[in-house]
Amino acid sequence: MAFPHRLDAPELPDFSMLKRLARDQLIYLLEQLPGKKDLFIEADLMSPLDRIANVSILKQHEVDKLYKVENKPVLSSNEQLCFLVRPRIKNMRYIASLVNADKVAGRTRKYKVIFSPQKFYACEMVLEEEGIYGDVSCDEWAFSLLPLDVDLLSMELPEFFRDYFLEGDQRWINTVAQALHLLSTLYGPFPNCYGIGRCAKMAYELWRKLEEEEDGETKGRRPEIGHIFLLDRDVDFVTALCSQVVYEGLVDDTFRIKCGSVDFGPEVTSSDKSLKVLLNAEDKVFHEIRNEHFSNVFGFLSQKARNLQAQYDRRRGMDIKQMKNFVSQELKGLKQEHRLLSLHIGACESIMKKKTKQDFQELIKTEHALLEGFNIRESTSYIEEHIDRQGSPIESLRLMCLLSITENGLIPKDYRSLKTQYLQSYGPEHLLTFSNLRRAGLLTEQGPGDTLTAVESKVSKLVTDKAAGKITDAFSSLAKRSNFRAISKKLNLIPRVDGEYDLKVPRDMAYVFSGAYVPLSCRIIEQVLERRSWQGLDEVVRLLNCGDFAFTDMTKEDKASSESLRLILVVFLGGCTFSEISALRFLGREKGYRFIFLTTAVTNSARLMEAMSEVKA
Amino acid sequence: MDCYTANWNPLGDSAFYRKYELYSMDWDLKEELRDCLVAAAPYGGPIALLRNPWRKEKAASVRPVLDIYSASGMPLASLLWKSGPVVSLGWSAEEELLCVQEDGAVLVYGLHGDFRRHFSMGNEVLQNRVLDARVFHTEFGSGVAILTGAHRFTLSANVGDLKLRRMPEVPGLQSAPSCWTVLCQDRVAHILLAVGPDLYLLDHAACSAVTLPGLAPGVSSFLQMAVSFTYRHLALFTDTGYIWMGTASLKEKLCEFNCNIRAAPKQMVWCSRPRSKERAVVVAWERRLMVVGDASESIQYKQLTIQVLLDRLVLRRLYPLAIQICEYLRLPEVQGVSRILAHWACYKVQQKDVSDEDVARAINQKLGDTPGVSYSDIAARAYGCGRTELAIKLLEYEPRSGEQVPLLLKMKRSKLALSKAIESGDTDLVFTVLLHLKNELNRGDFFMTLRNQPMALSLYRQFCKHQELETLKDLYNQDDNHQELGSFHIRASYAAEERIEGRVAALQTAADAFYKAKNEFAAKATEDQMRLLRLQRRLEDELGGQFLDLSLHDTVTTLILGGHNKRAEQLARDFRIPDKRLWWLKLTALADLEDWEELEKFSKSKKSPIGYLPFVEICIKQHNKYEAKKYASRVGPEQKVKALLLVGDVAQAADVAIEHRNEAELSLVLSHCTGATDGATADKIQRARAQAQKK
Repeated sequence: MAFPHRLDAPELPDFSMLKRLARDQLIYLLEQLPGKKDLFIEADLMSPLDRIANVSILKQHEVDKLYKVENKPVLSSNEQLCFLVRPRIKNMRYIASLVNADKVAGRTRKYKVIFSPQKFYACEMVLEEEGIYGDVSCDEWAFSLLPLDVDLLSMELPEFFRDYFLEGDQRWINTVAQALHLLSTLYGPFPNCYGIGRCAKMAYELWRKLEEEEDGETKGRRPEIGHIFLLDRDVDFVTALCSQVVYEGLVDDTFRIKCGSVDFGPEVTSSDKSLKVLLNAEDKVFHEIRNEHFSNVFGFLSQKARNLQAQYDRRRGMDIKQMKNFVSQELKGLKQEHRLLSLHIGACESIMKKKTKQDFQELIKTEHALLEGFNIRESTSYIEEHIDRQGSPIESLRLMCLLSITENGLIPKDYRSLKTQYLQSYGPEHLLTFSNLRRAGLLTEQGPGDTLTAVESKVSKLVTDKAAGKITDAFSSLAKRSNFRAISKKLNLIPRVDGEYDLKVPRDMAYVFSGAYVPLSCRIIEQVLERRSWQGLDEVVRLLNCGDFAFTDMTKEDKASSESLRLILVVFLGGCTFSEISALRFLGREKGYRFIFLTTAVTNSARLMEAMSEVKA
Repeated sequence: MDCYTANWNPLGDSAFYRKYELYSMDWDLKEELRDCLVAAAPYGGPIALLRNPWRKEKAASVRPVLDIYSASGMPLASLLWKSGPVVSLGWSAEEELLCVQEDGAVLVYGLHGDFRRHFSMGNEVLQNRVLDARVFHTEFGSGVAILTGAHRFTLSANVGDLKLRRMPEVPGLQSAPSCWTVLCQDRVAHILLAVGPDLYLLDHAACSAVTLPGLAPGVSSFLQMAVSFTYRHLALFTDTGYIWMGTASLKEKLCEFNCNIRAAPKQMVWCSRPRSKERAVVVAWERRLMVVGDASESIQYKQLTIQVLLDRLVLRRLYPLAIQICEYLRLPEVQGVSRILAHWACYKVQQKDVSDEDVARAINQKLGDTPGVSYSDIAARAYGCGRTELAIKLLEYEPRSGEQVPLLLKMKRSKLALSKAIESGDTDLVFTVLLHLKNELNRGDFFMTLRNQPMALSLYRQFCKHQELETLKDLYNQDDNHQELGSFHIRASYAAEERIEGRVAALQTAADAFYKAKNEFAAKATEDQMRLLRLQRRLEDELGGQFLDLSLHDTVTTLILGGHNKRAEQLARDFRIPDKRLWWLKLTALADLEDWEELEKFSKSKKSPIGYLPFVEICIKQHNKYEAKKYASRVGPEQKVKALLLVGDVAQAADVAIEHRNEAELSLVLSHCTGATDGATADKIQRARAQAQKK
């Protein structure tokens, strides 16, 4: 279990510096408003803020009371109010209503708005339109990179996904470029750059411009990280839509990991209290199971529990001196481990209960069938039944999208009937949800009987080589222009399994989906790193509709050490899942790389679907 | 050497001075200096001379000449004065010559005699004419103070950011003050004036009488006053030949001196060397020069920084020398060479005899992509000289497209600015241009421009979604985007409308839009929603309870749970709820009610389209094994084993599995065999397996 890294695996850079930078900047900003002040924090910023500066640090800098930004009357009697918010128009309206209420009441206070990670002109304009621009002072807290773990940096911008991939709003791209710029200033230039996706390309070009403008800053620095790979979420929706079965992903799907920590409810803690648990490499128990397929986890934990018991039991034969040693040196560690162990065992039990109740196995089976392009009719009926029985609306939506993407659109009849059923089950407002999904390309209708394109007929030849029995299904889906099927074939995403796939000793990244599917995003990264370019992947790139958006940029960098060349920063624009992280960690162990992840936010299928859903106000 | 001190003369008890010629002036003056207005710029800057023919009230038959010399008398410029009578000259800190005319107009020239701009000191000044004027320097820049014919003062503390301030009246002032000066205290400019034996201090709010501490008695008039360059010290010369020296705050006297000369001096100025503790006032009469000194406190002058020195060289167009200095001092390119090249380029664009192409090329050749050079700044200068085309050519060299935007906007090339802003990737910049365009174009053109720029359009839409919903609607209308219009009205039916009638109307508009968009599905779904809403309203009226905004499924469920089975059936028919869904729905609702009788009746109403396993499952879920068993027998063969296991009949499940010879089923049953009770069954399965393998 918990495969050790190869001995020659490179060390990770120290990202805690990012936290210190953010904290120092925040303190500086707070001190710009000397004296006592009340701090209003936007809900979405609370957890990230908590990871940077706790309440006592805020109090040290004369923050008196803390409030959540919400639509409630404000009771603060402080003379100075400070708002820490994301640059959103609704926040501006909130602040304006507050300031204007003060004006009506003839009250004068000082107001300061701190935008994180940056302010937008539109926000200032709203402040002006609301007539309070002159009353507030604005500042920026350029806090865009939160190290959630030793190898995971999150921008904590879940709205990036909807803003960019649904609304076509590019405002966050500059923020990404700034974040990359910060990284290269702190950790040296990246000698090798790769990317795929429209947004990836834009972010990359903006970032390059920034570097050129501030020429000389990174010049001559030794690169610490040898490669950077940027990838748009829409290059691979499929992986993000799959149910997760590695432990960390499953915990995320089940309990929702928020900003690196999770609230375990009473059913997990087996007490009457909920417990907030930080999930990262420092949790030794979690560290060993986070990347494991769930089927191994319980066994591992019980073995661990037995070992722990054995260590406790050693006390029996001890004399007083040994006992003293034991108590002073080992006991605390054992107790800590004990605590963590029982928590994770509790979490496992809870997951197992939930996942069997919902007939998780059936669900996984359907997903696998969709990935492989098998028994499409049966899967469609399964989805329909799921909707008819009013299963979780998000889950139903996810399955519909998975069906659509793997089949390159639903056939018109299914498209209509599934949508009708969905509206009947979950409410007519989802008509808007469907309109969103269509725009984002997540749930579409197949065009009427197009003929095969040249590429597809070429691929279809490959398909016919496939083992008998699978031909018809695969081929018929091809006739419906299924790029996923063709890409899957090209990149060998569905491993040929002879006998049982041994999830205890995985042989490829497919283990994160029970051996059924190699995550497309990770496979692309693997292939490009192997080739150090996109060479030979032209057809895949074309099938991904990324003909113009796949790029490589190598600078001649003699100073790059061989160690740094095995450190790879992967940037997910629009979010990445824990399954992808686990898969790449596995790849890293196999190849002697270390991956560092930078994502706009950690995501999963439910979050993606929620971002697309329209909920009536 | 024996006589180091030979040419030093004593000045008081402890100080000495000497006199020697530093250099001789190169100029060849035709006029007497006394007949000219003279202004020398601070820090050894240029000197301006204007023969003043107006003072003697002679007819101006000959136009006067304005000459500008360097500090050493090298001629820099010479031009005929064609404007009105000048009262006073003065240099600004930026080495711009300010010529104050009698009518209150101030003409600004560069040190090469190039006309820069002019401004007026206001109507009051224009009406009453300028009697006297002073150019003064503060830490914010250079200012102008005017004494008008009406004996009122008007001043501007910074001519770079012109704000005129008319000072309050001095009560009872009938004639011009005998002398006056500008004082600068606490960052505010004041005027100190002497009227007979009285001194007044004017600030922008009030006029107050002031006195000098320790002033000797007997003074009936002040003839001259001088303030030091730093505004810290003040000296006054009285009609008794007495000199008072003190702080400009008028709080302290430093020293006094009686020179016994009662004639008014021509000039009186403070002088002292940098870092010297000695301060002195030099008083000049027609044929006499007197130095009055005191030594106590240190004065420090701000020295010229290297940047200012370079600026001055650049101003004198000594570009190569400036560059050499930069290189010698190893200044970073951005602060040094690049800056000077940029200045050179700005000069270059003013050469109107050279074609746009040549200027642009010459500049690009010399500058290339030197770091720190802003082509947009140079272009701005070109535009300032009226060379728009050259400006656009120069902008093309600007690598940062964002930098091109402000100037393009200024030049009214808004659409080009929009493309450049989009290219820059800076959404804020795009937004700025959009607002500009919105004001500049009519609505139709503005929308049309947006239409061609999807990125800008998305950005603007996002803004409208939150701030200007009506504009959003107009945008969709303009584009005939009926699909989005439909969605817009659907959203409105939830968010904006409260009353059912309003909501239905919004939905009707949405449905019409969807038809236009040829999205029949959405149109029909919307019509269904309208029907459902009306129906829900009626149900609430007739039955009470909550129906509005439930989904169709939940509406039917609610009816069943409330015992309104007929209504439920009717609704299901009206909305064509498929059989399968209806069965799932009824099954769940009746089980929730634990109405087992009704459930059984329902199960027998016709053949279940969803099979009977769900019946078993739901009964077990409600912990009713007895009911579950009723349905287990009706479950079809494929799911029989599952059903039997659910009701706990392991033995029979084993029998069925064996009969089916289904390995998967066998292992499923086996996994349910627990403890001793199922031992026999387990054995049975193992035997069946063994047998199957033999075959």
